[in-house]
Amino acid sequence: MDEDSLTSLHPNYVKAVRLATAVFALPFVIGALVLEIAGLLPHGSFLAPVLLLALYAVMRVPLRRYHARGYRMGEDRLRVVRGLLFRSDTVVPFGRVQHIDVHQGPIERGYGLATLVLHTAGNHNASVSLPGLGHDDALAMREAIRAHVKRDTM
Amino acid sequence: MSAEPALPAEGWRRTSPLSFLVGAVTSLRGALLPVAAALFTSRNWDWGLFLAVLVPAFCLIFFFRWLAWRRFRYRLGESDVRVERGLFNRTARSVPYERIQDVSLEQAFVPRLFGMVEVKFETGAGGRDEIAIRYVDAAEAEALREAVRAQKGGLVAALASEAAPPAEEQARTLFAMNPRRLMTFGLFEFSLVVFAVLGGVLQQFDFLLPFDIWDFEAWLGLLAGPGHRLSEFGLATQAIGAALALSVLGLLGLATGLGRTVLRDYGFRLEETPKGLRRRRGLLTRTDVVMPLHRVQALTLTTGIVRRRFGWHGLSVVSLAQDAKSESHVVVPFGTMEEIAPVVNTTGFALPGEATDWHPASRRQRNDSIALTVLPLVLIAGAVAGLGVVFGARIEGLPASWPLLAAGGLAALGGLLGVREWHLWRHRCHAIDARQLFVREGWLAPHLAIASRVKLQSVEIAQSPLARRRGYADVRFGVAGGKLEMHGVPLESARAIRAAVLDSIAAVDFSRLPG
Repeated sequence: MDEDSLTSLHPNYVKAVRLATAVFALPFVIGALVLEIAGLLPHGSFLAPVLLLALYAVMRVPLRRYHARGYRMGEDRLRVVRGLLFRSDTVVPFGRVQHIDVHQGPIERGYGLATLVLHTAGNHNASVSLPGLGHDDALAMREAIRAHVKRDTM
Repeated sequence: MSAEPALPAEGWRRTSPLSFLVGAVTSLRGALLPVAAALFTSRNWDWGLFLAVLVPAFCLIFFFRWLAWRRFRYRLGESDVRVERGLFNRTARSVPYERIQDVSLEQAFVPRLFGMVEVKFETGAGGRDEIAIRYVDAAEAEALREAVRAQKGGLVAALASEAAPPAEEQARTLFAMNPRRLMTFGLFEFSLVVFAVLGGVLQQFDFLLPFDIWDFEAWLGLLAGPGHRLSEFGLATQAIGAALALSVLGLLGLATGLGRTVLRDYGFRLEETPKGLRRRRGLLTRTDVVMPLHRVQALTLTTGIVRRRFGWHGLSVVSLAQDAKSESHVVVPFGTMEEIAPVVNTTGFALPGEATDWHPASRRQRNDSIALTVLPLVLIAGAVAGLGVVFGARIEGLPASWPLLAAGGLAALGGLLGVREWHLWRHRCHAIDARQLFVREGWLAPHLAIASRVKLQSVEIAQSPLARRRGYADVRFGVAGGKLEMHGVPLESARAIRAAVLDSIAAVDFSRLPG
């Protein structure tokens, strides 16, 4: 259970989060540009902060998020660590997994990533998701967990 | 697709080609009402526009339904059911046979017209995120159900033999409330909720009253007019009047509490039967619930700051109910610890004893939570006082010293909340023994949660930025049907607790859970 034994996510995760953030930030930048062109405010007084903020959110935050995240695939449990400010460190024993999802959004698919979601019977943490895995890794992890569920029963 | 009675074990399958049609018709049905509304409201009806908008819309619906149908496939594998779906967001779900509790076949109205069936695989997942295959024809649905049942056949047989009840034992009463106990309980359930309800009703139906009850000036006028004699009485009379009003209020509160309690808990009886705990209660609506013992995940022992002094407590079980809604069941609404202990033993749990090693929450957590509640209020109070004095703002009808008064009020509120936090901390503790976890919380309404270690689903250690700096954490446990959280645990012991709990979870095969 020590901190240093965490596995990092796929490096493409940074790119995927950057792209997702950029898509999210685009409307704000466009809005700021429109305001700038309309000239209601002094030059750059609105555009500059928005651009800086967007730049920070797109370039820096995903990298920090990547470093804050990690997982550890144990013999009979999966540990998922996440959170920049509010840290969360969750462990799900395979023996309590009800079903498993491998999820791919459009951006994730572009980068060959996938999200592994473990569903448990608990009301709290009913589903624990681990994004930013390589698609093949996610599939392999699913097989391993499923095999464990199978073994548990016999 | 429908001709084959048996399913091959391998190979991906699609739902019936008709199913996208069914889906499209179902969504069209949803669109019918707005269209009808448009029909009625528009005056000069333009068929051209109508067709130009609606036809492409319908085509789009059909097209996307068709795409969704194309991207949906399922497979009965060796050890699990696989379902893949999604246009842009692809999801591949794997449900091990061992986890499937039941396969249900459903026919809604529209699918029924087409002879289509929806197949649902029910697992015990907490998110109620069921797996559905929409839609297949009846033969395929039946084949699917049979195939899944065959796959988990061995398991089901084993469970059935294990679950076969020992028939020799009959129902045994664990707890019952006689009318006297019911009355005592009702007195403690003192409630002023009736005034909230009355107020709500008045607000809703005030137009029915012959006068405007929210018109303050009219009331003043009434007081000055025919009612002016009221204000002419002396101070003592007014005090008596106020006392009278208060006692009426108290009586009404008592009556409300009694009434609600009698309606809900009249003839309360808890029995141990071979099938589990059976609870019957109610005056007008009589309910009869059976809670299988092996489904009980945790217990909650509740009391109140007043009723605790008299030795009254309540007991609820957290269980995974089939109907998914009512997770928490009261099994002893109002009883002494001597009455509660046998019920606890029946459920297979144990109350904390002398040997239980209680740990208080971290002192740092106490200091931080007090600081976080008090500081903002004190800062606001300071700002109000400072600004008020410096700018000398005057408000009509208030004394000139209002900023100081307001600041004093805010500071007092902060102090009260701080004292509350301190009390909350004092009552917050947790313990762990070889089989169970105990969490005690609450000042005015103390409660104690008892959870079985092996029945927990997951463990999370959560830290806010402040908690990280100060070295404590919240430990959250996944409980089927309820929640369990330890606050302000020092990080080291949080890790130790998690490791211990996980080891006992991993040691026990619980694929049957939440069976």
